[in-house]
Amino acid sequence: MKKSPVILVVAIGIGAALFFVLGRFVAIPTPIPNTNFSLQYALLGFMAGLFGPIAGLLIAFIGHALIDFSYGWGIWWSWVIASAVAGFIMGLASKKLALSEEPFDGKKIIIFNLFQIVAHLVAWGVVAPVFDILIYAEPANKVFTQGLVAGASNIVTTAVVGTLLCFGYTKARPAEGSLKKED
Amino acid sequence: MQEREPIIQFKDFGFKYKSQSEPTLYDINLTICKGEKVLICGPSGCGKTTIAHCINGLIPSSYPGEATGELTIAGSSFRDLDIFKLSKTVGTVLQDSDAQFIGMTVGEDIAFALENDRIPLDQMRERVAEVSMKTGVYSFLRHAPHQLSGGLKQRVSLAGVLVDDVDVLLFDEPLANLDPATGKTTIEMIDELYRTTGKTVIIIEHRLEDVLHRDIDRIVLMGEGRIIADMDSASLLSSDLLKKNGIREPLYITALKYAGVNINEDIRPQRIDTLDLSDEDIAKVQNWYHSVPEKPQPAEAPVILDAKGITFSYGGSAIKALDAVDLTIHKGEMMSIVGKNGAGKSTLSKVICGFERQQKGTIFLSGEDLASMSIKERADHIGYVMQNPNQMISKPMIRDEVALGLVLEGKLSKKEIDRKVDSVLKVCGLYPFRNWPVSALSYGQKKRVTIASILSMDPEIIILDEPTAGQDYRHYTDIMEFLRSLNEMGITIILITHDMHLMIEYCTRAVVLSDSRKIADTSCEEVLTDSEVVEEANLKETSLSVLAGMCGIFDAQDFIRRFITADREARK
Amino acid sequence: MITFDTRLLAALTVLAVVVMIVSKVRISDVKVLFWFSFVFMILNTFLIFVFSPEHGVTVYGTRHEICHLVWKVYLVKEQLFYLLNIVLKYTSTIPVVILFVSTTDPSEFASSLNRIGVSYKIAYSVSLALRYIPDIQREYHDISIAQQARGLEMASRKQSFLKRLKNAASMLFPLIISSMNRIEVIANAMELRGFGKDKKRTWYSARPFRAADIFSVVVCVLMLAASIVLGIINGGRYFNPFV
Repeated sequence: MKKSPVILVVAIGIGAALFFVLGRFVAIPTPIPNTNFSLQYALLGFMAGLFGPIAGLLIAFIGHALIDFSYGWGIWWSWVIASAVAGFIMGLASKKLALSEEPFDGKKIIIFNLFQIVAHLVAWGVVAPVFDILIYAEPANKVFTQGLVAGASNIVTTAVVGTLLCFGYTKARPAEGSLKKED
Repeated sequence: MQEREPIIQFKDFGFKYKSQSEPTLYDINLTICKGEKVLICGPSGCGKTTIAHCINGLIPSSYPGEATGELTIAGSSFRDLDIFKLSKTVGTVLQDSDAQFIGMTVGEDIAFALENDRIPLDQMRERVAEVSMKTGVYSFLRHAPHQLSGGLKQRVSLAGVLVDDVDVLLFDEPLANLDPATGKTTIEMIDELYRTTGKTVIIIEHRLEDVLHRDIDRIVLMGEGRIIADMDSASLLSSDLLKKNGIREPLYITALKYAGVNINEDIRPQRIDTLDLSDEDIAKVQNWYHSVPEKPQPAEAPVILDAKGITFSYGGSAIKALDAVDLTIHKGEMMSIVGKNGAGKSTLSKVICGFERQQKGTIFLSGEDLASMSIKERADHIGYVMQNPNQMISKPMIRDEVALGLVLEGKLSKKEIDRKVDSVLKVCGLYPFRNWPVSALSYGQKKRVTIASILSMDPEIIILDEPTAGQDYRHYTDIMEFLRSLNEMGITIILITHDMHLMIEYCTRAVVLSDSRKIADTSCEEVLTDSEVVEEANLKETSLSVLAGMCGIFDAQDFIRRFITADREARK
Repeated sequence: MITFDTRLLAALTVLAVVVMIVSKVRISDVKVLFWFSFVFMILNTFLIFVFSPEHGVTVYGTRHEICHLVWKVYLVKEQLFYLLNIVLKYTSTIPVVILFVSTTDPSEFASSLNRIGVSYKIAYSVSLALRYIPDIQREYHDISIAQQARGLEMASRKQSFLKRLKNAASMLFPLIISSMNRIEVIANAMELRGFGKDKKRTWYSARPFRAADIFSVVVCVLMLAASIVLGIINGGRYFNPFV
């Protein structure tokens, strides 16, 4: 698949649709009661890693805004922006990861996770709470606690599911040459 | 015939994809003239799709590679053209009408090309109205894609291409996802368009008999990247090239050949309704018919699955997806559930597997009520294989995929699982590939992987949804013979399909659903010779029964039965 | 968006309710949305109280105690007033958003985004997302059920959370592979019909700008002006009744 501008447009659209479906309809309970892992950030890590920072930013922005819309409470801008920032930072790893050409081995796994940890720390530890205070005038200790809980949970989700998706995808690419039938 | 002006011309053309080490096309010399109607056919991997991509510009736009030789389209060399320029000359209707339908409504989708050309709104509406009337979708302009049937979606795709007033219409496997009657209508629609507009029509398809329902000027037969034949349909059918190259001949042609009738252009073999048989030929067919032994009727086996009065509607909807359907399955049977898209076939299988719960009715498996069983518990007895193997495979490596169910169950030790997986892989002919990634396999092999992963759970019944959709004859035979071998091992097999060949060749019995109700439950031959059922369920009469009629054989069912017996013998 | 002037928020709430009634949206259609937002609003307000029971004091600079609750927590007038502002903020926006969601034709949404200056390619991404959400949702449903039949669970608390996440990856894998194919085919279909060849495009679903639209734009500008003016008068985002 060649990464033409049209591919990018479609990848953003389909990525946002996937982000929406996973965020809206899929619930995996965490060890903390009544909270769920947000599987969409694992997807985001993979999509951003494959299609780059702009795609990551827009997939998260559109997908998250659509989720908020669908609940009716209006777009909670601070968190939508935070999602977009997370998508952007994770996408910065795409050149180094080269998911569509190279295998996803030890070093790549470290790069992927390094970027995703930084991304989630910046997004949920800084961007989301700061905008919560600026836009919604919420108390600082509440928003920072919320941000850190969300950040930690997203880091775990992306580390496990995101890494597995990248690994599976690179394994699933049409293989070249080296295979032999065994008896 | 007068000399026509060429519009597409390949000269010593070759092509190699960037991602592949060997070329996909060699020495292609092909001229298609203005106003011609050409069928390009060949088995999967023969290069027919690559030719289509060269004509519409997806090569090199989306699939880069190296081309040799020359290709001229509407007077310009392909080296000077790009996908956007070509889109003004060549309109492509893709196989996957869901992916091609990118607009939110029919109107928007038809207007898509105009929007990209920056046509003002009022002109756009006029043009959309005009084209949608021509293709018969005018009354659906505000409908969303999921409100349309497969046939209508295809008409929308066609309208979306016609808005551009292209010279060439390119159909990429137009019949792949359609039920038999809709496929027939599609071929008629293409033909009518061809005759009224005089556009050049190129159809890429391997379902030869269905395309030949209407006349074709020329058939280009491809194999392994080369053009093998380029001739009119009568000459091609008179040769033995089709069979040799993995394309299924029309059934009546095969029957005539078995009967020893000499097929040549004089008997006009291109369509069943043009066929001109001499008295001598008819006598040959009759003699052959009587010489084939009758197929012994299988003994009635005990009932394994018994569903009664199944009624179901989705999400509290008032429209019933299943209306008091009864279904009885005998142990060791291989049977099919047929009917048009949306008739309730898939829903019925989902209810049996417990994916959806019926509002009324009971299902018993070997005398045990299924009502209290979870999805997983039912799955231990009844395996379900989805149509698209890519939607089922959740591990990149074959071994892991086949072992997944056992690993999750956690009952067996690792060693026992290994042994079990090995034996299943051997049964499925996948053992030599056991350490390969799934992606390295062909579609047919992937299908085997999904079946293997179900087999590892030892189900008594396997339900398969359209197991051969979109497959060429070789893959079709490969998958179906494999299923037959499983059936001979004692596994009950239920096939959900709208492939009539598959039904009569491999099943003893068919249950026909139409508009949520069961309208027939009898032998496959009887279903296909009952014109009322055929019409109501969007099925298609087989050409064999027409041939039987032509030859004065009154028992068409028996004729079909004997043909299948003879065909099986011949193919062994 | 920034303002927390109680009077303006109250006025906006009234306006929102009026618009809601005028619009003739059937309550039964939007009941679920209202319910979701209501729960979210209560939850968030409650969380603010738990985390920062005296945030109002820092906002307004005074402290009028009402009574002692538990431990070190007191009920304070400023806090109640601050929470009232938070609630008003919701009540002034929720009806408008719900109205927007339930009355906007998804097809018009993309063309409108393009009109307000968003690049048409991004606008089309949004349109594609809306177009394919139902398809992807159905596909996810089918995949997840077929996987459950093989014993793959991700919601069961019987398993460790790590196991649940691993199972989730197995569940997602087919969806990802099939989505990658989908992306390729859709992109081909779009390119074959000339998407992306120009810097601009027109929209079949574009709606002409009418008098009512101009009227609403004027109303919006007035509200924005009011919030700025009030911000200057109040010397900040809050209206302070305590000084």
